[in-house]
Formats: sequence, structure tokens, C-alpha cells
Amino acid sequence: MTCQPTDADLVNFVLQEARLLAEQQYDAWLALFAQQGRYWVPLAGAAQVDGARAASIADEDRLLLSLRIDRLKNPRAFSQHPRSQAQHVLQTPQVCERDELHQHYTLYTPFLYTEARGETQVQASGHWMHRLCIEEGQLRILLKRVNLLNPGMAWPAIQLFP
Amino acid sequence: MSRYRNNAAAIRALVEPDRVHRDVYTDEELFDIEREQFFGNTWNFVGHASQLPQAGDFLSLDLAGRPLLLLRQANGAIGGFYNRCAHKGAQLVSDSCGNTGKFLRCPYHAWTYKLDGAPLAMPLKAGYENTRLHQCESGRGLTPLKHLQVYRDFIFVKLNDAGPDFESYFGEALRSIDHMVDRSPTGKLRVEGGILRNVMHCNWKMYLENINDTVHPVSTHESAAQAAQSVWQGHGPDEPKPMVMEQLLPFANGYEFFDKMGARVYPNGHSLLGVNFSIHSAYGTQPEYEAALVAAHGAERTREILERSPQNAVFFPSLSVKGSPLAIRVIRPLAVDRTLVEAWSFRAEGAPDVLLDRALTYNRLVFSPMSVVAHDDIHLFESMQAGLQAQGNPWVSLHRDHKDNEVLDSGATINGTNEWLMRNQFRAWADAMVAGMEAPA
Repeated sequence: MTCQPTDADLVNFVLQEARLLAEQQYDAWLALFAQQGRYWVPLAGAAQVDGARAASIADEDRLLLSLRIDRLKNPRAFSQHPRSQAQHVLQTPQVCERDELHQHYTLYTPFLYTEARGETQVQASGHWMHRLCIEEGQLRILLKRVNLLNPGMAWPAIQLFP
Repeated sequence: MSRYRNNAAAIRALVEPDRVHRDVYTDEELFDIEREQFFGNTWNFVGHASQLPQAGDFLSLDLAGRPLLLLRQANGAIGGFYNRCAHKGAQLVSDSCGNTGKFLRCPYHAWTYKLDGAPLAMPLKAGYENTRLHQCESGRGLTPLKHLQVYRDFIFVKLNDAGPDFESYFGEALRSIDHMVDRSPTGKLRVEGGILRNVMHCNWKMYLENINDTVHPVSTHESAAQAAQSVWQGHGPDEPKPMVMEQLLPFANGYEFFDKMGARVYPNGHSLLGVNFSIHSAYGTQPEYEAALVAAHGAERTREILERSPQNAVFFPSLSVKGSPLAIRVIRPLAVDRTLVEAWSFRAEGAPDVLLDRALTYNRLVFSPMSVVAHDDIHLFESMQAGLQAQGNPWVSLHRDHKDNEVLDSGATINGTNEWLMRNQFRAWADAMVAGMEAPA
């Protein structure tokens, strides 16, 4: 990775990340997160102010993400019989902000998400906000914020990563 | 063909001393009767006063198929009504919360009501002169909920006239609300941070029973517990844990731990699990907060509050309380095979932020739609809902630690894995189902 990623590098990074999720390559996906990286699904969606005390549907650092991924590998993760599969359909990610000084880059990516399992499937939509950084010369995820369209509704189990 | 309507004996026969018939979870007709009888004759949690701070603030909700409206009155009291215009039935508010101002106005034909439900005005008033409107329900304004009780800011309603009064219904079980509220030095809780909401394809009783099921974590949550242990490997037992590990690692406890935590059963289906200790007992302490509690409640009561961290106190059939972390679950029936479960977090006024953080974190880790703990629970509930359609054995076993002529003693502590807690729920269920129902001819 160059020290100054182009917009195309940033967009491709997000598209590749989505592909790793679709292919359930979760270890490779986790490796895309910075050491201080965070995956966050706020309960108030896009309206949630970062830093306020509020409930979240998910809010995970690398430790919790690795726990989640570790569990998915366990044959006694009963809710994964049958297994879930997921697909995101993305709009082209848009680069919203380039902070060259700190090498932080923000992208906005609307998505449709389907999580299928056995005879049922869950549909969700919303947008991702990525805050990317450079760590050890590589683009990494500092924050992946998943703003669901209707996060406060009563959801069935969402077992993978919207 | 009606099997259960107006047939108290058939309903009672579903609940044997040590087992229940599967129809209690799967039968559509029983669910209809539950909506009218059971959820009408019992006291159900509907909201918290902190959600309605100002006059005109409202909450709307569905309680077993009935649209309800809670409304803060001009005089500070909390009023409860059916959320239905007296004219044609449109719901007066359609948001789940908000402020209605000084009066309510139906969006359909602009009939208006005072905050106490009394009719205020309607257009084309002259058209009602010499009609019977003012002699009938439609002229009397909003239908009030006659049985509404606010206990330490927890709001409960009973929709029917039948069934016990509030104090007789909950009795000693209310000490668990006291215990939670007294975690605030000022005795005030506030709902904060948002409510996580889940829908699951199972009967509501499965969820409620599971709150008292201390045997399932060992097997059901094996994958989550193992994953928690695996990512925390290499850390010493005395090393300070991040809050998430403090909350998740106790799921790896064995049968003995859950058995020894102890439980109590109360009349009308209520219970207290974790009389001696629970998975919440080992959370860190805050000296300044404890000093504030001592100043407010005295040393003895403070010790009592802090030493007791029950696993779950069930206020049958709608509420489960965790005094520490300050979290509750609200259970609502949607259909015979569909249940809404909400997880609410509280701030204890005068307590440090870390207590609210614990509630928010616990709810996220354990009761969120994305919780790795809940996923296996929900899978099992939905699996049972489908499995109970099997032929051959129509019974669900509740035999563990059953003895003939089980007599309820609220003061006695029983073992934590005793299925008495569930038997107690079903006995209360049968009583509330048949209350006021005539015996079959």
C-alpha cells in the first residue's frame, strides 16, 4: 500500500472487505481491522452520536469480534445448524473525507443485506460508514459503523455481520 | 370445534403437578383465551415513569393485542387508556412515545380529549344534538384502564376486573424491585440508552421459563462460553477483566454453581433466582458510590443491596429484573408462536456511569438481536416450537426435584436447578386462565 491511497484504493478496499464477508473468510476479514478497530451497529442508527452512552445492537473490538468468529467455528454453535449465509448488495462506496494529516479516510456505502438460514431469511438495509487508517503500511479499518435503516424494530436473530 | 373455551376443567387438565401439555405452547384457541383471560387477569408491566417526565408525555404499546396509551397528566399522575378514539376507533397516537401537548386530537375527524380522557370538542357539534351519543360509550371520551398501579416508578396494569389486587398479586416479589431501585442513593431509576427489541418464533412461555432455567447454559451456551474462555486464555484469574469478559465468562459456570445459587418461588408465578449469588455477583466495586449508598440507606441496607445480585427476578408474566446490572426484560405475546422481547437499561440516579454502562453492555452482549448468547437460546425456543408438533408424546417434563404435594413457602430457599420455578409459573397460569370461567356443565 502506498502511503497515500487513491480514492480507488479506498473504494476497492471496502468492496474487497464485503467480498470476504460474503465468502465467510472471517479470519481474513478480522485481519482488516486496525489494532484499535471497532465494528459498531448503533441502536439509533445514523442518528446515534458517537461517545454518548447508548445501547448498541453490536459494538465490538478485536477481542469481541474474535470471540464471535471463534464461536461460529464451534460445531456446538447450535444456531448455526443449518448455517447462515449472507450477501451484501452495495452501492459504489463514496469517499467522503480524506484527512491526509492523520491518514484517516471516511467512506459511505449504502447496502442491502440478506442473511439466509434454512427456510428463513432476514432482510436489512442501511449504510456503512468506514473510517480507514494506515497501519504498518496497510489500509485498515478503524471503525466500521453499520447504520441500519430501522435499527429499533424488533429483529429476529442476526447471526452474521450486516 | 372449541376444546378450551369456557372449559375450565380442560384448561386445568393441561397443567399436571410435574408436567404440562404441549397445547399450552401451540394451541391457537388457548392463545386467544390467554389474550382475554390470562393477560387480562394478571398485572403486566407497561412502562416506567421516567419515560413520561412532562405533562402530555405519552407511551403507546400493544399488550396481548390491546392498544394502550399511558399519559402523564397535568397534575403529575400517570393515566392509562385504551389507545382508541371514542368515535371510530382510530389510534390517538401512532408513535411509541412523544408529547401530545395539552390535549389529544384524533387525526381522523378531529375529536379532541383532555389529558384525563374526558371529551373536549368535536366538529359539527350541532349534528349530535338530540342523538343518543351522550348516553353511550362514544360520548364519554377515552376508556380508562381502571387498574393501573405505579410502584416505585414501575407502571403495571391489569385490564380485567377479575384477578387479585396489585399488592396481593406481587406480594414479597416486590422486594426485588425495591432492591433494584435502592441501588440509587436517591431511590430513582431512569430508563436510558434505548431499548433493544427482538422477535422470536416461539410461544412467550418458553422465553419466560428459560429465564428460570439454570441447567441450559452448560449445554446451550457451550459455544459462546468456550469462545469467551478461548479469547481470554493466557490471562491470570486475578487479572482485572474488561467489562465484557466480566459479563461473559460466568456463562462457563457448571451445574453445581447454578444449583447452589438458590431460588425462591412466590404465589402467582413470581420467583427470585440467585438468592445466594449469581453470574452477576463478581462485578467490580466503587468505593465512592458505596459511601453514597451508606449515607442514603445506612450500612446494613447497603450491604444487603450490594451483596444480593440475583440472576433474575420474574414478575410473572411480563417482566424479568436484574438488580445488577440495572437491566430488565419485558416479554410480550404477539401470537401463539411469536414473542417480543425487549431489553431495557437503567441509570440509577446518584450512581456512577459505570452502572449504566454495565446495563448497556450486558443487554448488548446477552439480549441483543446480534448476541452470540441469545442466538443459541432463540434457536432452541424455535426448535421446541416446531418439535412440539411431534406425535406420540404430548407432554413437556417439569419433573426435576418434584415431590408430591409441593407446598409453596415463599420464605424457603430451594436449589437453583429446581424446576419448581417453572411448575409455579404454570400453576399461576392455570389459575389466571380460568378465573371467572364457569365450570363446564
